[in-house]
Amino acid sequence: MTSIAKPPVKHPSLRKNGLGLTTRDYEGAMSTLCAGCGHDSVTAALITAFWELDVPPHKAAKMSGIGCSSKTTAYFMKQSHGFNSVHGRMPSVTSGANAANRSLTYIGISGDGDSLSIGLGQLCHAIRRNVQMLYVIENNGVYGLTKGQFSASADVGSTAKRGEANQMQPIDPVLLALTLGATFVARSFSGDKAQLVPILKAGLRHNGFALIDVISPCVSFNDHEGSTKSYKYTREHEVEIAAADFVPLRKEISQEQGAAGGLTSVTMHDGSIVRFRKTAADYNPTDRGAAYTHVKHCIDKGEVATGLLFMEGGSQTEMHTLNKTVKTPLVDLAHKDLCPGNAQLQELMGEYR
Amino acid sequence: MSTPTNVSDPRHYHKVVDCQWGCPAHTNVPEYLRLIANGKYAESYLLNRESNVFPGILGRTCDRPCEPACRRGRVDGKPVAICRLKRVAADLKGDITEFLPKPPSLENGKRVALIGCGPSSLTVANDLRPLGYSVTILEKRDQSGGLMRWNIPAFRLPPQVLDEEINAILDTGVELKYNSAVTSMKALLAEGYDAVFVGSGAPKGKELDVPGRHEGNSNDVIHIGIEWLGGVHFGHIEKIEEKVLIIGVGNTAMDCCRTAKRLGAKDVKVIARRGRKHFKASPWELEDAEEELIDIVENHAPKRFVYEKGKLVGMEFERLEWTEKDGKGTSKVLETLTIPCDSVILAIGQDNAFEWVERDIGIEFDTKWDMPVVDKATHQSSLKNVFFGGDAAWGPANIIWAVEHGHQAAISIHQYCEKLPVTDRPAYGMNLVSAKVGMHAWSYSNDYNTSPRQKMTHEALVERFKSVHTEVELGFTPEQTAREVERCLNCDIETHFTDTLCIECDACVDICPTNCLTITTDGAEDDLRTRLIAPALNMTQDIYVSAALPQTKRVMVKDEDMCLHCGLCAERCPTAAWDMRKFELVVPYAFAKSEAVAV
Repeated sequence: MTSIAKPPVKHPSLRKNGLGLTTRDYEGAMSTLCAGCGHDSVTAALITAFWELDVPPHKAAKMSGIGCSSKTTAYFMKQSHGFNSVHGRMPSVTSGANAANRSLTYIGISGDGDSLSIGLGQLCHAIRRNVQMLYVIENNGVYGLTKGQFSASADVGSTAKRGEANQMQPIDPVLLALTLGATFVARSFSGDKAQLVPILKAGLRHNGFALIDVISPCVSFNDHEGSTKSYKYTREHEVEIAAADFVPLRKEISQEQGAAGGLTSVTMHDGSIVRFRKTAADYNPTDRGAAYTHVKHCIDKGEVATGLLFMEGGSQTEMHTLNKTVKTPLVDLAHKDLCPGNAQLQELMGEYR
Repeated sequence: MSTPTNVSDPRHYHKVVDCQWGCPAHTNVPEYLRLIANGKYAESYLLNRESNVFPGILGRTCDRPCEPACRRGRVDGKPVAICRLKRVAADLKGDITEFLPKPPSLENGKRVALIGCGPSSLTVANDLRPLGYSVTILEKRDQSGGLMRWNIPAFRLPPQVLDEEINAILDTGVELKYNSAVTSMKALLAEGYDAVFVGSGAPKGKELDVPGRHEGNSNDVIHIGIEWLGGVHFGHIEKIEEKVLIIGVGNTAMDCCRTAKRLGAKDVKVIARRGRKHFKASPWELEDAEEELIDIVENHAPKRFVYEKGKLVGMEFERLEWTEKDGKGTSKVLETLTIPCDSVILAIGQDNAFEWVERDIGIEFDTKWDMPVVDKATHQSSLKNVFFGGDAAWGPANIIWAVEHGHQAAISIHQYCEKLPVTDRPAYGMNLVSAKVGMHAWSYSNDYNTSPRQKMTHEALVERFKSVHTEVELGFTPEQTAREVERCLNCDIETHFTDTLCIECDACVDICPTNCLTITTDGAEDDLRTRLIAPALNMTQDIYVSAALPQTKRVMVKDEDMCLHCGLCAERCPTAAWDMRKFELVVPYAFAKSEAVAV
């Protein structure tokens, strides 16, 4: 909590995006999270990503469940739609919203508790359904809102603030998503916006479910020696396997980094391109098996694999595609098209008699 | 790589306090505004008095270099009304007699003569008398205050304000000799003073040598501005003709035109040689004149005075068109025209007059301007016991500069009399104390107040034209004062960074409303300025660069330009790497040499 609201004054040299808006226009309410919380940095990165992509704030929907992470949606784009669901049930609410209005940009924000404990089943099925949404897990390894118990993502051997070590195996959302067939899987760090922002942008433009696991340290309960999700530990053990730049469709693509070798470009559904600036030797971000192996290998060495780890550029299994729904969002259909009338109903019912 | 900013040098934080940095006397503006906000008018007045000696006078007449410098002007276009708030403190201070300087308990046996009883001499007296100096002021007229009294009309500066503040100095036992024009420096020096200070101003109004200057009734109707204002002040002049032209557009011209209005002139025009952006008058004085229905005529160069039957009937001008190139203007004459008038006041500048200083007594004069050679820092002339200050030193400036000259000259005189080198200037110091008083509570009001600048209420036109003695500005109401002080951004509550504590969580960067902060890889300053979240394009404002941060070796960079001092960076910082600290510049005076305080 801060004592005052953010003053409305802007810096005169603040740039404007294609809509004539500054980043200040993408802000939300004042954060009530602890000072220094990683989640606030993720919020700032999201503001930058939405602003850089020229997304009109009123054309986005912010979805969340319960937890510190789920409060984040209140802190950016105050003009956007939103839904704060029951604990762990954000994925199905988003699936429903997306089914009804596919014209909005969906951003779901969850945490390691909301997604990997109470909402684990929901997450799995949203991945299977390939709902078009950016799914951000703000992962800090603890239940911060209930004073710092280990969460399902806490590593074996990492210690709580009072010293006891965790003994249960963690659930790694990246490995989970890879095994479930997710079409866009990334891991990043709240303290590294240079890496996080392009990944968020690519995820927002992905045609399907884009999962980003963001290590977002809890300054109050998990930023001490012995934590494997602290600012310091993450900085010291981060291995950026696949650094990506997002090149939107309308920008000309330059070749300046081509000569460095190992440059991979992946064309997305709408013609935008994700260009991998640097990747670990022999790493192929479009090979699911290789991605799994690499991430698992890092975990075994105590390293944190970050970057845009896997993506299927031209994914054709997105929910609407798979279900052959109409192109027009349901909210825009006329009543007669949405509800064909009693005669049609009777005809349909007749088929079952 | 850039060198980390050295914030233990008082200059870095001092420069952040734009008003204080811009004030020649370095008045602690934010602190006195906070005192006003807390209703501590006497304390506010005394804090002012320490640096600028004449808060009541300056609160009405200062050239206010602080206001164009004020950060609030960059933030919402209008600076804080610093000057008029100073007047509020002076108006409401109550009885402060017991806090004013007292006659010294011990005399030190040194005798100092001050020539002229204007602001610079009075400041020297103010600073030296408490140390036990025997101070004698030699004044050629029979009133004190110099140009503050007889050139600034009473409707802007009532005489009782002058008397009160001047008497506060004289009452410490300063000897003031009226009607004592110094006609020979040589004779004065022979009287054996330990030091002599020349604060005699620039008392000679400039002439306009065009045809007809001395013809017909010119002696009665063509006046030199400052002499005419003096004539009005001393009661020798009580009326003026109906159609008056003022030549020149400085602040004296503004005083002349407004005074003319009060002495019966119906049609007053101020004639300027160039366009408005070249006017020397302060914008607010121009505004006040125009409010009194005075015409300001641009781009007219005077050519000659026109008479009919020995009576002035007009003045001929060339109307000019100016073209600017490389900062230099060249003009083309468009036409010649005559503007009818029956009186002209010349207000085109002032000159010094040193005919009473013999040129063979060791005081060196430059050959070009025939001005004494005076050291810029020490105010010492080539004759070691003679010092100059105010307009007498380097030509016309303003009251607040005269006050600062007085402070510096007093330090020099004291050093000189103590047989210490005058070039050994006592250092500026600083205090820096955390403003944190609770979890998220600060010792100042950190919230940004969106109020617009408050407008000064003026006496109705009909009323003010009745007499030169009716004060025009009525002062701020308590409500206006309360709003205006809250517009101050408290720039002296500095953002202080401790690099070793930073965990690079970005919380400060993300919360800063004006995007002042960036954590980035180190580089040269020019390069860093372009790489900030909001590029630092205002080169007059410094950037702060930290040492390498513990985790990534990047640096914290702060562009000071648009910082609102709202303290949100410090409130969001989990490790207190950012703190809000109250900066106090410790200014050395002859009577209280500062000792730099370690941070």
